[in-house]
Amino acid sequence: MQKTVNQKAWFLVLPVLLLVAFSAVIPLMTVVNYSIQDTFGGQFYPLDDKLMWFSDLLEDERMWGALQRQLMFSGIILAIEIPLGIFVALNMPKSGFWSSFCLVVMSLPLLIPWNVVGTIWQIFGRVDIGLLGYVLDKIGIDYNYTQNTFDAWVTIIVMDVWHWTSLVALLAFAGLKSIPDAYYQAAKIDQANRWKVFRFIELPKMMGVLMIAILLRFMDSFMIYTEPFVVTGGGPGNATTLLSIDLVKMALGQFDLGPAAAFSLMYFLVILLISWVFYTVMTNLDKKGM
Amino acid sequence: MTDTTIPENLTAQGSNTRKRFKVNTSAIVMGLYLLFLMLPLYWLLNMSLKTNTEILNDFTLFPRNLTLDNYRTILTDPSWYMGYVNSLIYVVMNMVISLSVALPAAYAFSRYSFMGDKHLFFWLLTNRMAPPAVFALPFFQLYSSVGLFDTHIAVALAHCLFNVPLAVWILEGFMRGVPKEIDETAYIDGYSFGGFFVKIFMPLIASGIGVAAFFCFMFSWVELLLSRTLTTVDAKPIAAIMTRTQGASGIDWGVLAAAGILTIVPGALVIYFVRNYIAKGFALGRV
Repeated sequence: MQKTVNQKAWFLVLPVLLLVAFSAVIPLMTVVNYSIQDTFGGQFYPLDDKLMWFSDLLEDERMWGALQRQLMFSGIILAIEIPLGIFVALNMPKSGFWSSFCLVVMSLPLLIPWNVVGTIWQIFGRVDIGLLGYVLDKIGIDYNYTQNTFDAWVTIIVMDVWHWTSLVALLAFAGLKSIPDAYYQAAKIDQANRWKVFRFIELPKMMGVLMIAILLRFMDSFMIYTEPFVVTGGGPGNATTLLSIDLVKMALGQFDLGPAAAFSLMYFLVILLISWVFYTVMTNLDKKGM
Repeated sequence: MTDTTIPENLTAQGSNTRKRFKVNTSAIVMGLYLLFLMLPLYWLLNMSLKTNTEILNDFTLFPRNLTLDNYRTILTDPSWYMGYVNSLIYVVMNMVISLSVALPAAYAFSRYSFMGDKHLFFWLLTNRMAPPAVFALPFFQLYSSVGLFDTHIAVALAHCLFNVPLAVWILEGFMRGVPKEIDETAYIDGYSFGGFFVKIFMPLIASGIGVAAFFCFMFSWVELLLSRTLTTVDAKPIAAIMTRTQGASGIDWGVLAAAGILTIVPGALVIYFVRNYIAKGFALGRV
């Protein structure tokens, strides 16, 4: 649609600007302020070396460990959820009662408060009272997500797959439904096999929504806090301490405002950078009309 | 005539057998996936209907002594059920605030180009990317200093951080689908901007408003970190109250499970109405 140039449209955007400025810009500036000062007993002292917290941060092994774990976590869940979501979408009934049924049931995990998701899996994985833990224990697999690093990781990854794969599937399904029948008929005339139909018709047509799915899943998995915190509390040791968990520990637990603020800014910038790349790709796809 | 009908029959048969085969494997895949989704939920429901003795001592797939005591505990104790009331209050407040500021903004983005519009749009999205953990502490101090700490409005405003950008995006997507000629005709007919917007435009994108409201509801309802940080007693959300089942005598598993089930109910109720739009909403109106 051709848009008219109209600078007065700023007035329509003004309420959003004011609100978001109040709830985003002021807090963010507070963080910037902390990151270059020292706090002691509620008083602020300027740092001798303005960027001390940042240079400290870059040498902090604890932060690098958390960042590494975070990247690993996001990488693993994207690698599982995107293909699995597409696969589920390809198998969903296209219309009728069962289609609605699937949509409703699949959306259910998305609407559960995040700490309840954590609680559900915390219970589900317990060897004494949880179905999963109990069954694994009975068939002779030594499973304990509070003691064993590998088990803890498997638990939080399976939990995230359980929680969010439906989102990818719903988006892919919406993308699939928008493909006109003519495309499939053309493929039939060309005698394209199932793989070719997927590779050359369905995948390109889904690209736009899939980019959104990847963007959302990346952003949300990168800031995940509540679910793993409820299940493992960041343990055993620091094995599942992801960035947010570490940050909250630092800011609200130890009240190390300066270092925590530097950490926050770095964290936000990393997310912003990667999301910007996704966003650019996404809008370019949009322009091509996909 | 026969020449044309025979091939049609053949193709119909061919696609029928193929379809039957495909439906079967698909049904198995979907069955397994839905089972995977439902099992943990079933287990929670199962536990919520048991007594603590049964939970801890017998491992049973179905509750032997079906009991509603856990639910009764929650629904008769104000310190429990006020959690639901608090959550609902700030969620509704957030929905109203988010939508009322997002509607005009989304209209501006969908109809006009103005200086900095693209940057502004991306900047809005960056707020959706901001980790709540980054904002927890500054929010705590900001709202304490303006005297809003532990009020519903504080949580509602904090949740605007990610809900307003989302609402703008979703509404913009829906508004793009409404032809601009409608606006122009309305102005020619003598409608003012306000009159046109409320009387003509909003009914046209009613489903979009519904979806945006649903998403504001959803993300405000599931968020815990900010709502827990900003409240202590008066506006404490149910999700934060749940942690108190860890009493001196161990965890009250039955009540915890029942509270969990009750937090799922509101979402499950509204989901039915927006089932066909959920994907569009998540795709920020871009499907």
